[in-house]
Formats: sequence, structure tokens, C-alpha cells
Amino acid sequence: MYRETQIIETDNIAAAGADAAGAALVINVGPQHPATHGVLHLVITLEGETIKKIEPHLGYIHRSIEKMCESLSYRQFIYVTSRMDYLSAHINNHACALCIEKGLQLEIPGRAQVIRVLMDELTRIASHELWWGAMAMDLGAFTPFFYAFRERESINDIMEETCGARLTMNYMVPGGVMYDLHPNFQKRVKSFIQLFNSKIDEYDDLVTGNIIFQNRTKGVGVLSREDAISFGCTGPVGRASGVTCDIRKLYPYEVYDKVDFDEIIETAGDSYARYQVRLKELRQSVRIIEQLIDNIPEGDFQAKTKAVLKLPKGEFYSRVETARGEMGVYIVSEGGTTPYRIKFRSPGFSNLSALDHMSRGSKIGDLMAIMGTLDLVIPDIDR
Amino acid sequence: MLSLETITNSIQQWLYSTFNPTMALILECVIVMLLVIGLFAVLGLVLVLMERKVAARMQIRLGPNRVGPKGILQTAADTLKLMMKEGLTPNGADKFLFNLAPFMVMIAAMLILAPIAFAKGFQIWDINIGVLYVSAVSSMSVIGILMAGWASNNKYSLLGAMRSGAQIVSYELSAGLSIISIVVLTGSLQISAIIHSQQSGWWLFRGHIPAMIAFVIFIIAVTAETNRAPFDLAEAESELTAGFHTEYSGMKFALFFLAEYINIFIVCAIGATLFLGGWMPLHIGNWEGFNHIMDKIPSSLWFLGKTFLLIFLIMWFRWTFPRLRVDQLLSLEWKYLLPISMFNLLLITLIAIMGWHF
Amino acid sequence: MFLKEYILNIYRAVASLLKGMKTTGRYFLRPREIITQQYPDNRAQMKLPERFRGEVVMSHDENNEHACTGCTACELACPNGTIKIITKFDVTPEGKKKKALDTFVYHLELCTMCNLCVEACPTSAIKMAQTFEHSVYDRSRLLKKLNQPGSKLRAGVE
Repeated sequence: MYRETQIIETDNIAAAGADAAGAALVINVGPQHPATHGVLHLVITLEGETIKKIEPHLGYIHRSIEKMCESLSYRQFIYVTSRMDYLSAHINNHACALCIEKGLQLEIPGRAQVIRVLMDELTRIASHELWWGAMAMDLGAFTPFFYAFRERESINDIMEETCGARLTMNYMVPGGVMYDLHPNFQKRVKSFIQLFNSKIDEYDDLVTGNIIFQNRTKGVGVLSREDAISFGCTGPVGRASGVTCDIRKLYPYEVYDKVDFDEIIETAGDSYARYQVRLKELRQSVRIIEQLIDNIPEGDFQAKTKAVLKLPKGEFYSRVETARGEMGVYIVSEGGTTPYRIKFRSPGFSNLSALDHMSRGSKIGDLMAIMGTLDLVIPDIDR
Repeated sequence: MLSLETITNSIQQWLYSTFNPTMALILECVIVMLLVIGLFAVLGLVLVLMERKVAARMQIRLGPNRVGPKGILQTAADTLKLMMKEGLTPNGADKFLFNLAPFMVMIAAMLILAPIAFAKGFQIWDINIGVLYVSAVSSMSVIGILMAGWASNNKYSLLGAMRSGAQIVSYELSAGLSIISIVVLTGSLQISAIIHSQQSGWWLFRGHIPAMIAFVIFIIAVTAETNRAPFDLAEAESELTAGFHTEYSGMKFALFFLAEYINIFIVCAIGATLFLGGWMPLHIGNWEGFNHIMDKIPSSLWFLGKTFLLIFLIMWFRWTFPRLRVDQLLSLEWKYLLPISMFNLLLITLIAIMGWHF
Repeated sequence: MFLKEYILNIYRAVASLLKGMKTTGRYFLRPREIITQQYPDNRAQMKLPERFRGEVVMSHDENNEHACTGCTACELACPNGTIKIITKFDVTPEGKKKKALDTFVYHLELCTMCNLCVEACPTSAIKMAQTFEHSVYDRSRLLKKLNQPGSKLRAGVE
């Protein structure tokens, strides 16, 4: 531990020395900083207000989730993944469930598939709502945060009623979902959609159209298509740079190939494009929910599974589209009741790696606009 | 009729009849000093509470509602807490300047209070260059902020202070130019003369559109000068944690906080004086009855009403807009506000010379 | 031409700012849109959905009987070692020894409310309660014994 700190410090001095012979200013943004939304530590080399170099230091919230999963059974480890990207907990659980089902070659009942997609999209809306509020707050506007939370709250209520928890639901189990939908579910989702449609224009009035906001985000943190691909940026960050990377379209899972929705692609690659992608995705998610909410097939909500799950010997990989990008689960099985090795491919990590490239040469104020639109969830990066 | 003017006059007469003139003057100074400090304390409490309530209403929240009825004692409790807190001076800070800075900011705020007319005949010092004095002294607060930022020995503080320096120096220009446009219309720098010139109507309306433009520019410039959002780059919570007062705690932090709100009050008071007629009641043309009713309302209420209206406007800005970036802040001033206000000043001079105002 | 663009820019900027102010101003004038719930005051009206997972409890009927056979399925299902089942041997009237529940130990401080134990229970002996105010001053008070003293297995539950 001590040795590591030493290395980091000499690194910084070297970095500072490389730029303008000691004229550079090295500041630590984080691990406790209002704009990093968690314990992310950025060592920023500045020249005046201009960013010369950003070095993210990770590990402040490393809980070795991958290692923990190796000692848990296939049923048990799913709940741990809710703690990675806690804003898309459903979707993380979904990815793990898909991977296990792939190994077991389980057929999922149609009802469970639709319920899963509905929950995923509700989670995506909730996550994007929170992002929208937090992003506006990063840029200095405090009020949007509360408006976003008003809508998010009604999603949380739906989750609480059907899944039993508000944030870490653990609703997806191998073979389907844990319980059937609550009788009120359809009614409440419909009233949420009504609320959402009546309030979404406010978002544009308050933030999108605002001249200050546009000046703060347009042309800031440009990520070209090539760079987005080479950094492995996925999700709204990749799509804002023109990369077609929506897993729901490319490798459809569950019923995504049966619903009608658009993959939002912007080409500018700047913060404003990323903002636009997410805001338009909100409407697309609502579109998916509207198509499915009245067409939930009858049937079982869970396939019959054995009490103790054993995956056959081999390697299994599944990928889903979380609110932040592509989430992959890779399981190596030795045929036992616990996975031999688990690896998660988290979207936040790859998106963070592009931060240095995107923000060189911009101002400190821009850094907040860039980080805000990257939509980083630190436990997702560190795991 | 009992008014503030009669009270002050009778106190003055009593003082001068009881003591010798020097003693009376000293006593007057002491009374004024106590009044100013009392006003500061009350204003600080009221404005902070008002800000929190306004913010809460805009953010569909309730705001403070636990301490006292409807939460009106919340800020008093906060002040008590800040007084009990340890005032920490960080290692490596320039201790003298670090401890001096909050008082510099505070003193600058107190000094501007002198020429402001709170009501008819209720003014500390009716100096004949009142407006000039105000704009000269108001630029002093930047010294305190720079001092705080540099002495803290913190990089965030330093960045915040540097931003603040660039910002206040730039926005002084357009604030000054919009003040000058009223001086041009009035022909006097004396605050009382400016107020009296608005007997028949406020300059905001009498000066046609150029006066309104000057008013808008004035509001923008003073929002920037008081480091309020959307121009709060010196504090920039999400960028620089707390900017120049990152390292301050306890009562020293409270002084910065108080000075911010006092500055808002002062700039809004000046705005109300210059553009909205200070304590002058609202008069509309020849509506004798209406004007008569308006005269019945005490002049101090008029002044406070107008000032708080402007304060509300500035709070409304804060809770609606995102923050500007530092280069955009400067380009807004130098590319938009300054050229416009210069051109506007020309128009106003033309109006004043031709006597087109009514 | 340049001047026209300049003035148009200013007009658009001011219009967009006023639009935003209209939104916040509207909320300022409509206090009934306030969404704050004053939590400790509204305890009486607060109704949590029946599926809400607050803590694991064991339901006992009026005869102080529960449905737990001490099979340890929940203990095996729990990812965190939250549950510890201590069993004893009861002697049935026929004179046979039978495994039965002695103590159901539940560590609330370790529980993540994942619901796996409730799902695993073959006799529906445990369920999730809707309580959520779990903070205590001493950690040992979070260690709970779920079966009530003197309780026994309901007849007919295997």
C-alpha cells in the first residue's frame, strides 16, 4: 500500500515536470469531490485553467465482486451484481441470468421475457433520469435534479411494489423472474408514462434549450468515431460518436427483436451529442414499454429449474445493453456448483478510459461537462 | 405622521441639545455603527432563509420547516452552529492574510451601505458623489477574495480567486456604464438627487428602451459581481468544491457567506435606487387618486419592496441556470455586454440631450 | 448582415433563458406541486407494499406454532451466511428421534434482503416483513432469534 502511494507521487511529479518545467499545477479531483459522483480520484495536470493530462486512479471502492462471485452458487451470485452498476441493477442481474440460462440451455417462458424487458427499460429510464439531474447539477443548475427525481420516484414505487426493493431488486433469477407482476403493475406503469410524457418537455425548456447549457456542451469533449471504437466506448457514449453499438439491436435478446424502437445515433461526438442520445433514448424506452405493457403474454413467470444449478464444463458469455453501455458476463465453469472464474465487462471502465483523450486541452469547467455526459458510476468501474 | 425621518431628526436634536457637538457626533457614529451591524445580522438571517425558501419552492420541496414556526429560526440556528464551530487555519496558510480576508470582504460590504437611502430622509451619508463612491468601493471586495484564495495555500482556492478577479474586474465595466447612463439622465451623482429626479416616474420607464437595456445589463453585471450563479465561478461547487472559501470554517466562513448576501442586498438596493426610484412611490401620470393611495405607503416599505423584488429576481436566476465556463463568462462581457452598454450609453446621452425622456 | 446575426443571437439567448425561468417560476407559484414527504411525521399514513423486503421474520400462529422444520435450505441459499439454524432432536410419541428446530439465528446486520432464503424455504416458514427502521446503537441488537420461545412445529408440516 505504502509503496504504491510512493509510485503515484513520483509519477505526478514526473508528469508535472514534463509540462512546462514545474509551471504546471497538479490538482486532485476526488476521491471526495462533488462532481465525481463517487470515489473516483482524478489527478489533473493543469496549465492555468487548461487541462494537460488526466490520470484516473481507481480502487477506492474495489470490493472484488468477481472473486466473491466465484465462491457463490449460480443462484446466489446474481444479487451481488446489483452492487456494481447500482443504477441499472436489473440489467446487470439480467445479464448474469442470461449467461446461466445459456449454460443450462434453459428456455424462458414468454411472460418472463416480456417482464424482464419491461423492467430493463424502466431501469433505463430511471438511470437516465438520475443522470439528467446529476449532469445539470454538475453544470451548476440545481433545480433539474429535483424534477428528474420526481419522475424517478414513481419508477421506484413501481419497482418497490413488484420487485420488493427500490434499488437492488434481485428480481431476475435463472429461468425467469422471482415473482409474478403485481396486479397494479400495468396501471401504475401507464400512469407513469402519462406523467413522463407531460413532464419531458420541461426538460427541454429548462436545460436542453438553455443557451448557457448549449454553450457549455457543444463542441466539448469531442470523441471521434475511430477513437470511440479503439477505446471500446459503448452505450450512449459510443452512439453519440456514430458507432452502432446497441446490443439490443445487434444481438437481440429476449423480445427486443419483436419490439419496434430506434437506435439513436449522433455523429458529433461531443457532450451535447451524448446528452441528446440519452434524452432521445428516454423516449425510445417509453416507446418499448408502451408496446409491451398491454401485450404481456399469460403463462409462467419462471421456468422449472433444479434446486442446485450446475453449469456444464465450458465457457459462457452473454451481453446486454445497460443504461451505460455494453455489459458482458463471462463465466468459466468446471462443472461444479460455483463458477470457476467470472469476468464482468463493465461499460463504465472503457468509457472512463476515454476521459483523458477527450478532455486534454479543455478547461476545468469542461471536465465536468464531459464527466457528466460519460455518466460514470464508480462501483461499476471498480467492481 | 411617524416616519423614520422624524425619528432621526428628533434623535439628532436631542443629542445636539444634550451634549457638545463633538460628543454628539461621536454618539451618532456609535448609533449608526450599531444600526449597521444590527442590519447586517438581520439581513443575513432573512436573506439566507429567503433564498432557501425560494429555492425549495422552485425545486418542488418544502425547505426548512423544523426550527421555529415554518422554519423561520433555521438560519438563526445555523448561525449559532457556525459560531460554535472551530475556526480552522490550515498549515502552510499565510495566517495573517487568511484571517484578514473575511473582514476585508465584510468591511467592503459595510462601506457601501453609507450612501444608500433606506427611506425618505433616512440615509447615513448623503455624499455628493454617492454613485461614484459606490462603484469605487464595491470593487474592493475582490481584494478580500483574492487574499482569501491566495492565503489559503490551496489550489482550488487559488483558481477560484483568480477567476473571481478576472470576473469582477470585467463586469465592473458594464455595471459602471449602466450606472453612468442613469447619471447622464439625472445629471447628478448624489443618491438623493437621483431619487428626487424620479418623482414623476422611474427611470426604467422614463428612459424608454435604452434605460431598460441598461437595467438588464446592470442586473447581469451585478449578478456576476456578487459571484452569484450563473456566474458563481469563484465558488463553482461542482468544479472547485468551494472555490476561494474552501479552507474556511466556522465564523470566518460565515463572514464570507454573510458578505455574499449583504452584497446582493446592496447591489439590489442600488438597482432599485437608480432604476426603480428608490423610496419613491409608484406614480402613474395623472391618476391623482392612485398616486395619492401610493403615497400613503411608507417610503421604507417602497424601498425594501423594490429591493427584495430584485433580490428575488437574482435568486430566480440562480435556481434556474447552469453555470457559465470561465472563457464564456469573459466573452459574454467583452463581446456582448460591454459593446451593447457603450452603444446604449450613446443612445441615453442622446435622449438626455434632446430631452426625449418624459 | 453581421449585425443582424449578432442581434438574432442575443434574442435567441434571452428567449431560451426566459423559457427556463418560466418553468421554475411556474413551480414557484404552484406550491401544491411540492412532492416532499415529511417522513417521520407521516409514519401513520405510510404504507409499504406487501412485497417490500425489510427483514426476515418467521410467522407464528395463535398456538405459538411455526412451520420451520429445520431443514437448513435457507441457510444454504443465503449468500452471506446471514442465517444459522441450530437443530435439536425431539422424541416423538412413538419414541423415535426427530430433527427439529432449536434456534433460528438471523443476523440482520449481514442481510442484503435478496429474498433467496424465502424462495428456498419448502414450508413457507419465513417471510419478509415490511419494517425498515433498523438502526440501533448496539450491533448485537441486530442479531435476532426468529423462533419465539416455547414455539414448536405446526402439526402436519413436513
